Amino acid sequence: MSRAITWITVVIMAIAIMVVNIPKNILVFGQETRIRQGLDLQGGQQILLEADLPADQDIPAESLEVAAGVIENRVNALGVSEAVVQVSLPRRIVVELPGYDNPEEARKLIQNTGLLEFVQTQYRIEENTTIATDHLTSSGPALSGTPSSIFTPFLTNTPEPTATATTGFVVIATEQGAAGLDLQTTPTPAPTPVPGTVYHTIMTGADLESAQVGRDAANQPSVDFLLSENGAKIFADYTTNHTGWYLAIVLDKVVISCPTVSEPILGGYGSISGSFTAAQANQLAILLTYGAMPVPLKVIREQTVGPTLGQDSLRRSLIAGAIGLLAVALFMLLYYRLPGALADVALILYALTSLTIYRLIPVTFTLPGIAGFILSVGMAVDANVLIFERMKEELRAGKVLREAVDTGFSRAWLSIRDSNISTLITCAILIWFGSTFGASIVKGFAITLAVGVLVSMFTAILVTRNLLHLVLDRVDFSERHSWFGISDENPSITESTG
Amino acid sequence: MNIIGKRYWFFGLSLLIIIPGIIALALGGLKPSIDFTGGTMLEILFTSGKAPAPDEVRTALNDISIASTDEKLENIQIQTLGADGIVLRVQQIDQATIDAIIARLGETFGGVTLNMADNVGASVGGEVAQRAAGAVALAAIGIALYVWFAFRKLPNASRYGLAAVFSLVHDVLVLLGLEAILGLVLGWEADALFLTAVMTVIGFSVHDTIVVFDRIRENRVKHKYAPFETVVNHSIVQTLDRSINTTLTVLFTLLAMVLFGGATTRHFIIILLVGMASGAYSSIFNAAAILVVWENREWENWFSRFRRPAKAKA
Repeated sequence: MSRAITWITVVIMAIAIMVVNIPKNILVFGQETRIRQGLDLQGGQQILLEADLPADQDIPAESLEVAAGVIENRVNALGVSEAVVQVSLPRRIVVELPGYDNPEEARKLIQNTGLLEFVQTQYRIEENTTIATDHLTSSGPALSGTPSSIFTPFLTNTPEPTATATTGFVVIATEQGAAGLDLQTTPTPAPTPVPGTVYHTIMTGADLESAQVGRDAANQPSVDFLLSENGAKIFADYTTNHTGWYLAIVLDKVVISCPTVSEPILGGYGSISGSFTAAQANQLAILLTYGAMPVPLKVIREQTVGPTLGQDSLRRSLIAGAIGLLAVALFMLLYYRLPGALADVALILYALTSLTIYRLIPVTFTLPGIAGFILSVGMAVDANVLIFERMKEELRAGKVLREAVDTGFSRAWLSIRDSNISTLITCAILIWFGSTFGASIVKGFAITLAVGVLVSMFTAILVTRNLLHLVLDRVDFSERHSWFGISDENPSITESTG
Repeated sequence: MNIIGKRYWFFGLSLLIIIPGIIALALGGLKPSIDFTGGTMLEILFTSGKAPAPDEVRTALNDISIASTDEKLENIQIQTLGADGIVLRVQQIDQATIDAIIARLGETFGGVTLNMADNVGASVGGEVAQRAAGAVALAAIGIALYVWFAFRKLPNASRYGLAAVFSLVHDVLVLLGLEAILGLVLGWEADALFLTAVMTVIGFSVHDTIVVFDRIRENRVKHKYAPFETVVNHSIVQTLDRSINTTLTVLFTLLAMVLFGGATTRHFIIILLVGMASGAYSSIFNAAAILVVWENREWENWFSRFRRPAKAKA
């Protein structure tokens, strides 16, 4: 039994060391690590978003998930590697952009609700104009009953269009130099619409099936889209009944293009063209494809960290940690002698196993996280201190060595178990606390500490015990108690109370 | 060694440490950071290598107002960070204002870099503060329940849980007091990391307490007829080596991090360091002593036999 465990331990040890060592630079003194570095180490940006809806309104978990997915896609399109987007129920999303340092840009990209609306208008609206529509949020239904000041409400009970009558691409051409996210103004045609008009939304991006970058007739980048069946029907109705009117394409209440309806469009295909650059067309296609944000979001906390201090702090923390570890190892060796040396071996194994687990989870390493790791080393040693102190007591009480070792382990186990659970309780609360507010520093610390505590229970008990047995099997220490750090005289401790 | 016999001396020493802290707390020394209040914090480094005096910075920013609302900057707090940096705190401001501040400092003092900007909404700050208090309370309750559960087979098991919480409150008071004193002297602010340090100390302190309690659990079975006080003292003495050694190893590592580690986490580590020492002290000298006080119902004598309650009855 004991031997089997020994071998299992050795195998696990080997695996741990291998996994940690496969990548080129491991954490120890490596500037580059495969372990994910937190914002305080490599710099970057963290944004905490909250649903911008009345506090008493329930927000479905799915819509936050969808919103997080939308943000993730947009962020990935930014080219930030290792971005983290996490939902924190009931109403928050945490976005972390390591290595990214452009607050304005990131905020725009993330906060953009990506709400695409097709708006009916009799007159041309200038591009880049912010307009009011009767569609309030992307999650609520369009208020079709609200009359707009100029236009009659749009009717949907018009004859069925022939959905199959594909007429190919219908190019909704805009005037030259006019569309996209980066807009220039175009000459305003008369007559202009009355300011303050609330326009009617015919349909939203929700009725869009897909969008991709294409080329228009002039070989300029454009965004081609395919409508859902419902969308195609609405589109056909409108274009049939409002020939000669305009159809404003509005993104987040800003008009991006306002083509004329020159003929009924029945095919359910469309194309938005203008003077896009390829990148702009791509960004718009991404926005359209991944859809609108199902909930409006506002930034409630934003943190930007420059990369300058982090690496220096990391180096210093690691050096400090190494010095601390050496001091602990030396102390154990001098105070507990042979078992101390074995505990030091277990300590090395402990460090390697923990690093392996950090890598596997993966834990984002922050400066407090490193402190948590180093602190958990103290915890790992504590288990051994408990065991060895107990062993010494048993030896002094006159037990033979092997018996003393076994009693030491079995009796100390209860203390170790009960005391570590209390640390795990506080860690769990900290992890909960950290996730609610996107305080990844707090969370990182708590996770690191918790993993350390769990691993230390394994290494300090199983590993040290088996190593000790391995040695005791081969060498007779029965007359050499000094190897266990106790003098041969037997001070009585039962009289300790006065 | 008779630790329990001198329990009132040890309680007194605890009070001696806690009372100045409580005074500092009453004087408003505990300053919550923007993590809890909302606001904007900027960490600015000066390329000249030497940070200007806080008053110079204040003067330079005198006429800057918030871009969106046109309000003046309020409560500008400036602390130095190392030789070449400052930490600047104001009410929550927008990006344009941050840019304006950086531009102004650059014009006035030569090159600057914005190393860190943290912008917290007031509502989220208030919520963090509430949850922080909740988290500490939750930890205390969770630990009390767990200790009670772990020692449920002993007579008066709930006392063990409450005694553990008492020693935990001791440590929290020591840390709050220290933070308040340092807040008055050095302008330190209690941030989310301070909370983390306090929670960690809570976990470790209970850890130490449980080791002593566990030994009491064992010794009560072994020495059925010994007086409770004797059993408790015996248990403390037996676990003393372990308590001291463990604390020493933890303090070694923390001390190394204070001395050689970076400036960013120094505040955090110092709080941890003091907390660990306090946790060890309260576990050794207070937690089990409370059990004895409770067992003897000593408070009944506190006023009738004033000053002489510490004499052991064993």
